[in-house]
Amino acid sequence: MSKLVVIGDGMVGRRFLEAVTQRDPSWEVTVLCEEPRPAYDRVRLSAFFDGVSAEELSLASDLDGVDVRLGEAAVSIDREAKVVRSANGEYAYDKLVFATGSYAFVPPMEGADLDGVFVYRTIEDLEAIKAHSAGRRHGVVIGGGLLGLEAANALKLLGLETQIVEFAPWLMARQLDEAGGGILKQHIEKLGIGVDCGTGGTKIEAVDGRLRMETNREGVAYDTDLIIFAAGVRPRDQLARECGIEVGERGGIITDLSCVTSDPDVYAIGEVAAMEGMCYGLVAPGYSMAEVVADRLAGGEATFPGADMSTKLKLLGVDVAQFGAMDGPLSTTYLDPANGTYAKLILSDDAQTLLGGMLVGDAETYPLLRASVGGKVPGKLADLLGGGEIEGALPDGAQVCSCNAVTKGDIMNAIHADGCADVGALKACTKAGTSCGSCIPMLKQLLKEGGVEVSNAVCEHFTQSRAELFDIVKVTGITTFSELIARYGTGAGCDLCKPTVASILASLSNGHILEGEQASLQDTNDHFLANMQRNGTYSVVPRIPGGEITPDKLIVIGEVAKEFDLYTKITGGQRIDMFGARVEDLPKIWRKLVDAGFESGHAYGKALRTVKSCVGTDWCRYGVQDSVKMAIDLELRYRGLRSPHKLKSAVSGCARECAEARGKDFGIIATEHGWNLYVGGNGGFTPRHADLLLSDVDSETLVRTIDRFLMFYISTADRLQRTSKWVEGLEGGIDYLREVIVDDKLGICGELDALMEKHVENYADEWKGVIDDPEKLQRFVSFVNAPEAPDPKIEFEEVRGQKFPAGTTARSHSTPVALGTPVRK
Amino acid sequence: MEAICDFDRIIPGRGVAALLEDGTQVAVFRLADDSLYAVSNLDPFMDANVMSRGLVGDRGGEPIVTSPLLKQAFSLKTGVCLDDEAVALEVFAVEVLDGQVRVGVNSEVKASA
Repeated sequence: MSKLVVIGDGMVGRRFLEAVTQRDPSWEVTVLCEEPRPAYDRVRLSAFFDGVSAEELSLASDLDGVDVRLGEAAVSIDREAKVVRSANGEYAYDKLVFATGSYAFVPPMEGADLDGVFVYRTIEDLEAIKAHSAGRRHGVVIGGGLLGLEAANALKLLGLETQIVEFAPWLMARQLDEAGGGILKQHIEKLGIGVDCGTGGTKIEAVDGRLRMETNREGVAYDTDLIIFAAGVRPRDQLARECGIEVGERGGIITDLSCVTSDPDVYAIGEVAAMEGMCYGLVAPGYSMAEVVADRLAGGEATFPGADMSTKLKLLGVDVAQFGAMDGPLSTTYLDPANGTYAKLILSDDAQTLLGGMLVGDAETYPLLRASVGGKVPGKLADLLGGGEIEGALPDGAQVCSCNAVTKGDIMNAIHADGCADVGALKACTKAGTSCGSCIPMLKQLLKEGGVEVSNAVCEHFTQSRAELFDIVKVTGITTFSELIARYGTGAGCDLCKPTVASILASLSNGHILEGEQASLQDTNDHFLANMQRNGTYSVVPRIPGGEITPDKLIVIGEVAKEFDLYTKITGGQRIDMFGARVEDLPKIWRKLVDAGFESGHAYGKALRTVKSCVGTDWCRYGVQDSVKMAIDLELRYRGLRSPHKLKSAVSGCARECAEARGKDFGIIATEHGWNLYVGGNGGFTPRHADLLLSDVDSETLVRTIDRFLMFYISTADRLQRTSKWVEGLEGGIDYLREVIVDDKLGICGELDALMEKHVENYADEWKGVIDDPEKLQRFVSFVNAPEAPDPKIEFEEVRGQKFPAGTTARSHSTPVALGTPVRK
Repeated sequence: MEAICDFDRIIPGRGVAALLEDGTQVAVFRLADDSLYAVSNLDPFMDANVMSRGLVGDRGGEPIVTSPLLKQAFSLKTGVCLDDEAVALEVFAVEVLDGQVRVGVNSEVKASA
């Protein structure tokens, strides 16, 4: 078996491992990784401060035949013996690949090694910055390029007053001209970040526990708490130098177009490679190099196809893009200081051919323009510059995802030939959108262009979406299904539209869910106010708000379970579930519970389930807020609230997060100053961590915001759309959600508040509503003509001291019916 | 034909379960237009007596009941499962006489109020 050693496990190194194991699994691969964790998404590094965890940034995958040695740096290479040495041992190779990347450049400056001075490159750097920033208020970023703006964003997310100091005369001088840099500065200053261009630091000193940076400008100095150097990177070519491999004048391991270094058995890929003398600082050319070497090792003859250095980024919420040439014979510009947009196109001398350009503030035309570089100008200049309607679709060769070199043609092929019908499928099939994610809006547009239309119609009886039906019911005041279907639908209804309408009627507080015609609409669990199990019996789950219960109530649950011979189990939602109740016994069970001060609970239905909690300040020595009381208050406030899908919640009393609140639709985590609110999380088939919506708010603000979040969701989500998919699907995502329910951008908060107030006022114990009403009570019988005769088919057997449904016979048939799939035109 | 209950006992748009003298379990449905249908109460996919607790409606105009367990739809007219034609519910005759719902096994006649 041939041995392959890879030095470095970064984004490019990982792409190489994936490619080589796929192309030629016969290699025995060892990876020496200096960092303590496997490859992660460095492009999205600043998301770490936006609540994205190191695990979520991870790109690690289990690869057969690959031994990744974390925290083990290569220290020397003996090319004669073909061995790489680390502190722990030595590794023989037949082929060696350098994927060591770059290190952050720190200019020689007095005081650059002081405590409180950082670089911005690894997760460890970010963790150190985060730790140092606690309790401090001001930070300086040296560098106003891509990396500097990312670092400034990070400091802003940490809550520091932030100052950018850039030596060049304007921001992003490598990608933008002076006018573009000026517009970008205008955007960034609006965010409260200081920008000082044309200024260089000369000396840093520690003064009274803080830092002072002198500059090259007379009388200008910055007093600050921390300084980040983000002034560029340099190739990590030290090891190569030491073993005599040729490096470039300005650094980087010299390679040819096949990534081979001066030693034919050694390759270099990514930012450490100086391909024909040129280093590339973007991930896309690095990925191309990874594919080239994987092909070569599999016996192929691939060469580097050339790099597209075009970039499109969202920096601090501002779109910035640059493509093709930076200057040329002709140029035309458009500047809109009112809206903060700038566009510049570089043209051939006859103004017919597009050579390049840049966009700031609005980059919607970027995919079209970049794809047209070197070809005819794709429209009227006034439209291209001013953001008018542009006719003509994107050509097939247009690169949609520059990180992974995916063209529009690849995407359309995935849609038509491979049947991809949503963004997730396109990501899995083509890798588009899996790195920086900036092309995802484009993917949505191409899905539409490809004729994939996700139908939102509730079912064959209503062409409207659930949200549209909600609006109709709210505006017309219709209170019955029969009137709604007669006026807005067709046919008799079905198991899709009836429960949907029942839920909408309930959300808008129309009395008991089994009153009048509503009784005929409820799904079986809502109709019997309990969970039907596989043999037709039910489970009953008494509400235990916040998971807090007295010993007396525990005894009542035990007594009820014994009297009705029920199987009991502790649930994941901090409740106790009792299984195997016959339909005719349900009212008797509820009566016992109600008499003991319980109500039964929603462990079924599209409604609030539970609000879990940890023990909080009352008992826990780490707790900083009373999480139990908050969980109880929230569960009692939102109980019975009908929604497009089930709702789960949890409250943790400190950042240790024992209640697992970030896996919930709305999760609350206590801070020393109040509460953090996270929304849009879930467990289930595709787990997702909730996003931070608010930080450090008081209890009143917290509850008001959750009120609005829930009512906005209930008003606008699709049928069976969890909050996670709903938040992801909002144009503008979590920021937009914050604008709507915190800043009241749409002016609807008053209405949302009123709807929730109505729910809270009108809530009544649904189970008590049945046992107090003889007409409803008579529905709870085994047989209409033999009310107390038990169904003889319900049989149990004893396992582990409890009863279980007796052997079922037809399980092989039991495939659920798929409901609601995308429709292709 | 056996009488099982008053017609008014069944809520429009829902069903009830009835136990016939020979032990057969029947699910009887009253649709929104007051028409009546009766099929076997046994869900053939899960082997549980639950069909009377399913939601009724129509698929392409065909009156249906949906299993409350795994949501397969069955024609109320023929009993055939619309999601798997190899499976069917037994269909029973049903009529209303003197305000009483009556169910029987040996008739093709479907009555309505």
